[in-house]
Amino acid sequence: MSDLIAALALWTGAFFLIVSGLGAVRFPDLFMRMHAGTKAGTLGAGLILLGAAVEFGSVGVATKASLTFAFLLLTAPVAAHVLGRAAYYDGTEIWERTRSDALRGKYDHGWRSDGDDGASPPRPSAAGPNDGGG
Amino acid sequence: MAAFLAFSAQAALLAVAVAVFMAFYRIARGPSLPDRVMGLDMIGLMSVSVVALVAIATGQEVLLDAALAMALVSFLGTVAFSRFIERRGRRKE
Repeated sequence: MSDLIAALALWTGAFFLIVSGLGAVRFPDLFMRMHAGTKAGTLGAGLILLGAAVEFGSVGVATKASLTFAFLLLTAPVAAHVLGRAAYYDGTEIWERTRSDALRGKYDHGWRSDGDDGASPPRPSAAGPNDGGG
Repeated sequence: MAAFLAFSAQAALLAVAVAVFMAFYRIARGPSLPDRVMGLDMIGLMSVSVVALVAIATGQEVLLDAALAMALVSFLGTVAFSRFIERRGRRKE
């Protein structure tokens, strides 16, 4: 029975790791790729560690596996945040169909706003009747 | 039943190899430096999974210590690369 649970955890973890790799290949933007790689990758690695803990079945292995997973859960968001902030500072291109960029104009040091200071990117025509009618 | 578990570990190793190949595609192709750092971060995460899978496939439970150490070192590398990207100034357009 524990073998079955461990095998199920392994299959699910491998599936999530493949999904994370697929997101890293297919998404159009650095920030979307980080969204895929961080969350799905952490979940996949955690499920594989859970499979190892269930398969060995001893307290020491379960402690080590859960410690590793807790450390991944602590550090993956921090690493993604630091990397995303550095990429935004560095001027990485955002996908051209992004609807809103909340940091635009607030977080720059002069090179981010190319002429249009603080304006959000042009929205599609959904917001038309509100801002023209007054 | 143990044979099924061994087969599952082998199949999961194959799947993780495919995922590592996808992350390596992003490292080789990625248009900017943060893309490549993100690919390295993902490969570090997947190497933790590979070590855990090898521990299952061979029955050596001491390999999980290596997984823990690898998680630590991967995080430090990502943070160091991010500090470098943040401090190197404006990118040449």
